[in-house]
Amino acid sequence: MDIFDIIGPVMIGPSSSHTAGAVRMGGVARGILGEKIAKAEIFLAGSFAETYRGHGTDKAIVAGLLGMQSDDERIRDSFRYAGEADLEFVFSTLRLPRVHPNTARLHLRGESGRECTVQGASVGGGSILITSVNGMETAFSGNADTLIIPHQDTPGVIASVSSLMAEFGVNIGNFRLNRPHKGFQAIMTLEIDGGVPEDALLILKKLPHVNSVVYLPAIHSGDAPC
Amino acid sequence: MLEYHSVAELAQAASEAGKSIAAVTLRDQAQQMGKSESEVFALMRGKLAIMQEAAAQGMIGRLHSASGISGGDGKKMYRYAREGSLTGPFCARAIARALAIAEYNAAMGRIVAAPTAGSCGILPAAVLTMLEEGGASEESAVMGLFTAGAIGMVIAQEASVSGAEGGCQAECGSAAAMAAAAMVEMAGGSPQMAANAVAMALKNQMGLVCDPVAGLVEVPCVKRNAGGVMCAITAAEMALAGIGSVIPVDEVIAAMREVGAALPAELRETAKGGLAATPTGLALKQKIFG
Repeated sequence: MDIFDIIGPVMIGPSSSHTAGAVRMGGVARGILGEKIAKAEIFLAGSFAETYRGHGTDKAIVAGLLGMQSDDERIRDSFRYAGEADLEFVFSTLRLPRVHPNTARLHLRGESGRECTVQGASVGGGSILITSVNGMETAFSGNADTLIIPHQDTPGVIASVSSLMAEFGVNIGNFRLNRPHKGFQAIMTLEIDGGVPEDALLILKKLPHVNSVVYLPAIHSGDAPC
Repeated sequence: MLEYHSVAELAQAASEAGKSIAAVTLRDQAQQMGKSESEVFALMRGKLAIMQEAAAQGMIGRLHSASGISGGDGKKMYRYAREGSLTGPFCARAIARALAIAEYNAAMGRIVAAPTAGSCGILPAAVLTMLEEGGASEESAVMGLFTAGAIGMVIAQEASVSGAEGGCQAECGSAAAMAAAAMVEMAGGSPQMAANAVAMALKNQMGLVCDPVAGLVEVPCVKRNAGGVMCAITAAEMALAGIGSVIPVDEVIAAMREVGAALPAELRETAKGGLAATPTGLALKQKIFG
C-alpha cells in the first residue's frame, strides 16, 4: 500500500466497485478479444443487476470496452461514443448462484467474427478478478501484465513456456493452471513483472500444443494504482 | 521506512525528527516509491487540483445523478454561505464543498477517492476551506494531504476504510479523522495534536452505519460528507486548543474495527437496514429500479 491508495484513485464516481471496477472489466475483456469489438452482450448478476442504472455500471462497462480508463470524463456519455464507434451492445440480467455479488459476464464479437466470453467480479476499491475466460476457470486481476495461454494438457507445455520466459529474462510473479479435464484443453495464467518482449510472444504462439496467447498489459487507473 | 501501523508511533517519529507527520510521510513515501520528494509532492498536487475542480463543478451544480435523489444542495449551500450563515463563511463553505464534491461523485464526475468515493467530499472540503478561507498556502494544502494519507494508511491497515466491512464509520469516520489531522498540521499544530484530532474525530463517528437508500452512493452519503467535515473541524479545534483524547488514538482505531465487526450485515452497505429500510427509502428504491 502507498499513500495514493488512500488519496486516490482518481476516478469517475459514484462507486469504486460499481463504476471504476466495471470500467476495468470492460477494458480487460477488450484486451482478451484483441480486436475492434462489433457487438457486446453484457450480462449482469447480483448487486450489479439490481443497481446498475443508478451507479452507471452499464456506461462504465461500455466505456471500458471502448478503451477508456476509469478516470475518463467521457464515461458518462459512453453510449454516445459507442454509437460513433459502431459498437453495438445489449444488457441483460442473469441469475448466477454462488458468485461474487458484483459479477458480469461479457460476450464479445469482434469485427473479424472472433468471439470471446469473459466473466469476472468487481471485488472492491476498483479492483477486479476475472474468474473465467471462454468457459474455463481462471483468476487474475489485470493489475499486473498478464499472459493467458489456452493449451493442450500434455507433458512439457508448462516447462516450454516457463523456459521461454526465462530465456527472455521475464520474471513470473504468479502462475495458475486450470484444467477442467485431464488430457483436454487447459489454460495457464501468468502474471509477470514488467512486460513481455514482442519476439517472445511470437515464439510463444508457435510453441507446440499452445492454442493461442492473449497478452494483457497491466490496466492502470489514472496515475495511481487501485 | 515507516510502517503505518500506529498513529502514536507516526506522531512520535515526526516529533523526534522535529518535523510534521506530513514531512516524514513525504520523505518515506518518496523512498518507498523510488522517486524524489519533489516528484511525489507534484503527484499529490495533482490530486489537490482534481479536488478543486470537483468542488467548483459541484457548486455549479449542472450535473445530476441518474436516480435524481441527489444534486443541487452544494450550490444551495454555497449561495447561503455567501449571504451569511449561523457559523460564518469557514464552516458554511466547508459544508458547501463537502456537499458539492459528494454530489459531483454521484453525478459521475471525476473525483479523488479519499479514502473512498462515498466519503470523497470530506478531506477536500477541509483542506480547500483551509486554503480558501483559512489563509493556508497551496504548499500547506498539499502537505495536509500527506498528513491525511498517513493517517488513512494506518486506519486501513489496523481497521478498515470499507463501508461493506466496517460501516460508514470506516468511510466517513476515517475521512473525518484524516481531515482533522490535516487541518491541525496545516494550522501549525504539533504531531501529537494531530494524533489527538484523529482520536476525537473517530470517537465522534464511531458506530455510524452504512445504509444507502437503494444501494446508491447518495442518500444519506452526500449529507454525511457534510457532517464528516464538521466533525473534523470540531476535532481539529479541540486538538489545537490543547485538548487530548482520554482513550489513546490507536486504541480508538482498534475499537472502531471491533465495532465494525459487530455491525450486522444489514448495516454494512447492503441497503437492507437503517435509512435504506425506511418506508421512504424503500419507496425510492421501488421508484428508481421499478
